[in-house]
Amino acid sequence: MAKEFWRWKEYNWKSETIDWKDGNTVSCGIDVGSVSSQAVILVDGELYAYSSMRTGSDSPMSATNAMNWALEDTGMTQDNVHYVVGTGYGRVNVPFANKTITEIACHARGANLMYGNTVRTILDMGGQDCKAIRCDEKGKVTNFLMNDKCAAGTGRGMEVFADLLSIPIEDVGELSFQVDEEPPPVSSTCVVFAKTEATGLLREGWPKNKVIAAYCSAMSHRVVTLLQRIGVESDFVITGGIGKNVGIVRRLSQELGFETLKTNYDSQIAGALGAALFGRALAEKARN
Amino acid sequence: MIANFGYKDGSGDFYISIDTDKCNGCGDCIPACPVGLLQIRENEYDPMADDNMVVVLEEHRKKIKYSCAPCKNEGKDSILPCVKVCLPNAITHSW
Repeated sequence: MAKEFWRWKEYNWKSETIDWKDGNTVSCGIDVGSVSSQAVILVDGELYAYSSMRTGSDSPMSATNAMNWALEDTGMTQDNVHYVVGTGYGRVNVPFANKTITEIACHARGANLMYGNTVRTILDMGGQDCKAIRCDEKGKVTNFLMNDKCAAGTGRGMEVFADLLSIPIEDVGELSFQVDEEPPPVSSTCVVFAKTEATGLLREGWPKNKVIAAYCSAMSHRVVTLLQRIGVESDFVITGGIGKNVGIVRRLSQELGFETLKTNYDSQIAGALGAALFGRALAEKARN
Repeated sequence: MIANFGYKDGSGDFYISIDTDKCNGCGDCIPACPVGLLQIRENEYDPMADDNMVVVLEEHRKKIKYSCAPCKNEGKDSILPCVKVCLPNAITHSW
């Protein structure tokens, strides 16, 4: 079988130090995105376990799979979870959710915990859409816009390019800097046209690093224009899968003139983490 | 909160923006819109609050350019009917 360069790693994680049996409230957030699904389990607001995997064609199934994978080896079952919040593009497809919340609110809430309460601007670069969010010190949304009409500036576009150029998706960022000089960006933002353009550039003899650099640069420019509509205020962060791609992150910070904050958390779990935090608050609200 | 509903594509920016701090939930804009673009709904962007806000319906969010076209015919300076009836000036648009 041909190597699939776009295929990113699926993974799960579990805390070694927390015993969920000591917790009063166990909440779970499930973020069913267009490309990846995450499940995050919190015990009294502390990160206990999470998983991240591909969504595939069956959203309810992937919600269940993500949940089960996060629960793996924890001794916990779904009955031990007090509150489940579904979020993301496929949030209506989480069969066991107590409530669904829009991913815009969840990303702001999640980023507030992951990066601290100084975060004011969040750019979520997801699999198939891109959201620019402004929030206050409590992680409450104050301004947002979403671009889910086309795949330009999304993870899906990057997957297409990784495959075209036979570069493993995790290496795209670093390789895009291994060029003699920064090439001009590809002129089309549309993924389909950009791919055609890239094929032409390869034929002209451009090395693939240079082509991926031109694409990263076009993608950064595209989302900068989105961000400018809502205005950028520091601290600025990038969540979602593209948050791990230095090729985009560094070019974007340069163009905006804002450094992005770093975190020890996984940038892809922001939505599910926010959902789980809302889940905890809602469970406690219902109890009182 | 300012909620921007719409999109940006190769042909321009098409956003209807609702300022929820100004919107009083009166609903006057709803019958003013000839295509039924707007609806009063629970504020889903703040799950801990119980307030309502005006939203652009999902089915129109990716085609605002066309949905709002009937109100753009009267020249550049014309005011959209939804904007005109909104006393608190909560609705703006990007074109």
